[in-house]
Amino acid sequence: MNDSLNIRGGRVIDPAAGRDADGDVFIVDGKFANSPSAGAAEIDARGLVVCPGFIDMHVHLREPGQGAKETIESGTRAAAAGGFTSIVAMPNTSPVADHPGIIAWMSERAAEVGVVNVFATGAITVGSCGEELAPIGAMAKAGIVAVTDDGRCVQNHQVMRRAAEYCGLFGLPVLDHCQDASMAGVDAMMHEGYWSTVLGLAGWPRMAEELIVARNVLLAEATGTPIHCQHLSAAGSVGLLRMARAKGIPLSGEVCPHHLALTDESLAGYDTNFKMNPPLREQRDIDALVEGIADGTIEILATDHAPHAVYEKEVEFAAAPFGIVGLETAVGIFCEVLLHRRRAVDLPRLVAMLTKNPASLLRLDRGTLAIGAPGDVTLLDPDRAWTVDKNQFASKGRNTPFHGWNLRGRAVGTIVGGRTVWRLAS
Amino acid sequence: MTWTRKDLLTLSELSAEEISFILDTAAEFKGVGKRRLKKVPSLRGKTLVNLFVEASTRTRTSFELAAVRLSADVVNITATTSSLVKGESLKDTAKNLEALAADLIVLRHSAAGAPQFLAERLHAGVINAGDGSHEHPTQGLLDVFTIREHLGSIAGLKVGIVGDIRFSRVARSNIWALQKLGAQVVLIGPPTLVPREFERLGALISHDLDEVLGELDVVNLLRIQHERQKAGYFPGTGEYASLFGLSAARAEKLKPGALVMHPGPIHRGVELDGSVADGPHSVILDQVTNGLAVRMAVLYLCASVPPEDIS
Amino acid sequence: MTNADARKIVDAAGLAEAVAKLAGILSAALRNRGSVFLAGVPTRGVTLAARLQKALELAGMQVACGAVDISMHRDDLGLRSGVQPLRGTELPLDLENWSIVIVDDVQQTGRTARAAMEAVLAFGRPKRIFYAVLADRGGRELPVRPDFTALELPVPTQARLRVRLAENDGGEEGIFQS
Repeated sequence: MNDSLNIRGGRVIDPAAGRDADGDVFIVDGKFANSPSAGAAEIDARGLVVCPGFIDMHVHLREPGQGAKETIESGTRAAAAGGFTSIVAMPNTSPVADHPGIIAWMSERAAEVGVVNVFATGAITVGSCGEELAPIGAMAKAGIVAVTDDGRCVQNHQVMRRAAEYCGLFGLPVLDHCQDASMAGVDAMMHEGYWSTVLGLAGWPRMAEELIVARNVLLAEATGTPIHCQHLSAAGSVGLLRMARAKGIPLSGEVCPHHLALTDESLAGYDTNFKMNPPLREQRDIDALVEGIADGTIEILATDHAPHAVYEKEVEFAAAPFGIVGLETAVGIFCEVLLHRRRAVDLPRLVAMLTKNPASLLRLDRGTLAIGAPGDVTLLDPDRAWTVDKNQFASKGRNTPFHGWNLRGRAVGTIVGGRTVWRLAS
Repeated sequence: MTWTRKDLLTLSELSAEEISFILDTAAEFKGVGKRRLKKVPSLRGKTLVNLFVEASTRTRTSFELAAVRLSADVVNITATTSSLVKGESLKDTAKNLEALAADLIVLRHSAAGAPQFLAERLHAGVINAGDGSHEHPTQGLLDVFTIREHLGSIAGLKVGIVGDIRFSRVARSNIWALQKLGAQVVLIGPPTLVPREFERLGALISHDLDEVLGELDVVNLLRIQHERQKAGYFPGTGEYASLFGLSAARAEKLKPGALVMHPGPIHRGVELDGSVADGPHSVILDQVTNGLAVRMAVLYLCASVPPEDIS
Repeated sequence: MTNADARKIVDAAGLAEAVAKLAGILSAALRNRGSVFLAGVPTRGVTLAARLQKALELAGMQVACGAVDISMHRDDLGLRSGVQPLRGTELPLDLENWSIVIVDDVQQTGRTARAAMEAVLAFGRPKRIFYAVLADRGGRELPVRPDFTALELPVPTQARLRVRLAENDGGEEGIFQS
């Protein structure tokens, strides 16, 4: 009976059911049940928050093809250590996941070695080159939950329009890494502003993201297909999203932890752990994102976990790849910034942004404690003080800007299908 | 004060006092060039490596001559000759050089921050000879030295820098040095090449050279590069020259005693007319001479810090 | 910069006497021997050279006076902390017509004298070089000895011998051991 658990005495928060009260949660044979089973293991959850397992809908697992950075095994272990029970893998692997065979391989591999649930996305276009549509229907049959050219952005608006129309057939949302290539330019490495001027680095203006968010507003309106703007970073993007949602347009947005915690000033020492795409911007962008989260404009939180090998990041700034790991620090940063420092959300809302909302967008039967749903649970201690130590990461990647940070809030247990896959050693 | 830095990476991190100290030291080294024996033994037995990943004959030669006059041994490595082309990382290249007992590495690289990257990892002193669009400290220093030599103190002067400011490491280094020493910097050029963010550094911005020319004590003309034209920053050298070139006619409006400077190499007829480059206001050749003295001073000072004093 | 342990071994009067004695030695050796230039080693050698020049002038002997900074000719760059700012060298342009007298306050190892000599020779080819010190404390490490000395003051190697002059140190003059 190792797929059964009795989790007792915690504060049970299930936004999908509107529930927030102390109580017990029972899992029997891997699914939520009404009553405890006799032989099941007991978990004392007093003092903890018991919620549906967290979902991170933006993770780079790097397999197939880039196993030096991360594997499905190490990536899922990192997810578990961060409190995530489900992750959504991006298709910018080697080769790009633009074909059902690759999706099938990933699903098999994840079933073999994955520690948490892995959901695949497929590329919008062949090779993510932005020209020809990829075999989306075949990939849908293979089980993708969304399409995205993440890493890149479809520049040709007509192609994006056709993609959105076509996806309507399969009920798949389109996820977009919003970046206008002509504005951001091939050299752009950081936010265009005072610091890029002082440091002599080519800048990536806000407009380059806002322009694509604007086109997505129009396309989502015209096609009716949900379009999801990934890792928002710019103040203007929030305004556009707010306007679109007020009109009932199916546009959504997500924010990653680093865009809430760091500004472009961090790049003054040319430390490549601050080099990401989209870049860190200014305080007023952080404020706009927080406001967007607080008023419900932005409904989803994600990590954009992007591991790289140490030797790849330990180079001169221009040569370093973009991205940082995030699975193991995200919950800490979100709690620290949104719950404690800015008080932008309360706990139920924070939990919703990591469970019900992404599940709803991707139509997953997750993110809920409903009876009969898969028994995925995250045990959260929102006040737990801890210090980030990158050398303890389960991920292969060490590229984090948060090493040494003192945070309040941490997942202390991760349960997938009734099995405890990770527990914080006390 | 005493000098405590093993590296010279930026002028933005130096104090006004440190900058003046380098200039005073350079003045002494300028005297070496006038001696019968133009060599002093200060760096005898030390090895200096010119690691020029971005090519430059002029700056490299200047550093080489400076090192040789200090009696150092010099090794020149350029991008084409180095294993960097074969994919060896910058870090490994530098570690190899250190294993060969290099004491000082002069680095020119197209990546901003590359000298910092090396300096953090090597015991050898690292001198920034130009990193992308970020800084070119010895150029900034020799420009300020030249101004000081001709006009006395820097404080209170109005110094114009004309041209492609956006991508210019020479402009940035000059702005820091001049601001710290009390000059007023005026940045002049088309709006596409003069970012407004520089106002936050304290500089004034003008897009009309004719309007400000008569007030300037110094006009420093930067090279205009073709790549900017192709990338759509300005329509062509002809249009640039007519709006921002220091023609002979414009030069008539200069204050008496105003200095005309250029980091070189000059495009006669674009940034300035030939007659202006050779004319009475021009101190362009002095800049070259002073570059040698400044680089000798920088090498001498950075080599003078014993290992135990390096933080 | 006297500290608590510094002992005055020559007082102000003794110091003035030593300067006068050195001037006398120079006068006897170099009067009517052509153009003489006193090149002081910064910092106190320069002060001493100026005083000697005045003393010699009073005795009817004209000499020129300047400085020779040895910083660029030292053999210990990068070995000691606190490198001093360069102070500049003033020597006559037509060096070949002059006898140069290198003037310093204290002679110990001989390394300063060697560097000073090299610095002068880097400028040109003087007729002669002489070396004059106020005090010789012994402890030679190179075979370089002063031609003209006012005081022999042997002290142990680890002791510090400091000459204090009004223009450089302020306050009381003298020679102090610590």
